[in-house]
Amino acid sequence: MSGRLRWRKFVSHFMLTMTGLCAFVAVSVLFFILGYLVFHGGTSVSWNFFTKLPTPVGEAGGGMANAIVGSAKLLLLASLFGVPLGFFGGIYLAEFSGSTTAFVVRYAADLLNGVPSIVIGIFAYALVVLPFKHYSTLAGAFALGLMMIPITLRSTEEFLHSVPRALREGAMALGASKWKTIASVVVPAAYRGIVTAILLALARVAGETAPLLFTAFGNRFWSPGWEQPTASLPVMIYTYAISPYEDWHRQAWAAGLVLLGLILVVNIVARGILARGVAVPRS
Amino acid sequence: MLVIELWRGSVLARHKFGLAFFTTSVWDPNGDQFGAWPFIYGTLVTSVVSLVIAVPLGIGAAIFLAELAPQKISDSLQFFIDLLAAVPSVIYGLLGVFIIVPLMRQYIEPALKGTLGFTPLFTGPPFGIGFLTAGIVLAIMVIPYIISVSREVLLSVPRDQREAALALGSTRWESTWKVVVPFARTGIMGSIFLALARALGETMAVTMVIGNTPTVSASLLSPGYSIAAVIANEFSEATGELYVQALVELGLVLFILTFILNGLARLLIVVTTQRGSGTASA
Repeated sequence: MSGRLRWRKFVSHFMLTMTGLCAFVAVSVLFFILGYLVFHGGTSVSWNFFTKLPTPVGEAGGGMANAIVGSAKLLLLASLFGVPLGFFGGIYLAEFSGSTTAFVVRYAADLLNGVPSIVIGIFAYALVVLPFKHYSTLAGAFALGLMMIPITLRSTEEFLHSVPRALREGAMALGASKWKTIASVVVPAAYRGIVTAILLALARVAGETAPLLFTAFGNRFWSPGWEQPTASLPVMIYTYAISPYEDWHRQAWAAGLVLLGLILVVNIVARGILARGVAVPRS
Repeated sequence: MLVIELWRGSVLARHKFGLAFFTTSVWDPNGDQFGAWPFIYGTLVTSVVSLVIAVPLGIGAAIFLAELAPQKISDSLQFFIDLLAAVPSVIYGLLGVFIIVPLMRQYIEPALKGTLGFTPLFTGPPFGIGFLTAGIVLAIMVIPYIISVSREVLLSVPRDQREAALALGSTRWESTWKVVVPFARTGIMGSIFLALARALGETMAVTMVIGNTPTVSASLLSPGYSIAAVIANEFSEATGELYVQALVELGLVLFILTFILNGLARLLIVVTTQRGSGTASA
């Protein structure tokens, strides 16, 4: 009996140690990635990287200024398109709709969230690129915006739900209309959460490559206006990484470092905002 | 709307090839012959490989985070895992190309050939790129999803279940493995489906390491192709209506697959967490 007990205890300790090991391995991957990026990309990140255009193969120097600006333009346009839609959709879900509609919309949003990004790319291609007859910033931003909708929608809804009923009823009791209540009481109360959600959505689409391949396409030069193909950081990383040139590889590492750095900073800041005060003060 | 567009976009290809589209394996854009089997095969194989690696690791880590680690450590580790989930796929691809591929080529694949070379799974020259490498990169990518969801589901298991098991004299591991995990089983299955859907649709990282040759081979070491990768590579330079439509049809296949998996996963997760909280409040 005691032998069996000892065996059981041994198994218990052993397996629990193994689970700890699993957790350790999973988390250490992050530091491994960061370390490698800093190690390889750190030396290539320089002032030129942020200010110069890409140079032809073999020529030293050069940067990815156009890709950085391109990414910024894409994100700006994508949020102009995706954030309002997601935001108002979320308000509708949380405040107005009956529970069946809410369930259907929520489910649809979750499914849209799970659609592979490359399929979104095809969709944007068919809808925007084909009618315009050429690749454009617009099309890329459309694809990214489409991906932002479900994320913003779901989290807006969630944070609005966490606003206490009493606040709503208080506003109503003072004679505010439904819309007035929502706009000046409920939304401000959930403000932090919603901002966090939008930041996270931005960070998520900032790294998306697949939908941009055949919508924004890529460009070696500055892209004026909104209807030209444009470069973006993720696509640049992709083309540079699979190219056979040594100095392009270095540039890819540098771009990777910059992109990951940005995304992680946004993530940490967003979570920080959330942690400092969730939705509503208690008093 | 998405579905309609994809459906319309692939009309020509569907009429021309019918079901044979899925079973033939000739992909010849010049001869207007399109068979999708190599891509479907590649997608399935890489996803399965990634799950074989990711599921034990992910669930193990989730058990640690939910059952063992003190709240503070668990929360901070979860924070890192959330960050890991935010890393864009192209970065994983970058690391895959420059670190995992050489590593596989020089050490791991020859070693696998040496020890397991007698099975059909590990034959052929070790290129470094191929199904196995793609599977590994995918595994690294989906582990954070499995951990986050499984942890949540495990945490929703009511406390009394654990305490009852411990009170009956079971060890910590026995209470976890025989009581808590079965209780959360449907939810964990949900997290696996979610991960599978992600792995199926993942484009960039796979494109960069799978080798991009449409072959059907039992060996995990041989280079292959996946649905998402072929769309990424060929869509922007596809000439001819049929070519584009064949690619769009692939997109449709991918969409439907992930659609079903995601739907299933959500249902499973909802069912488990509701059951958990229902019992807790009762």
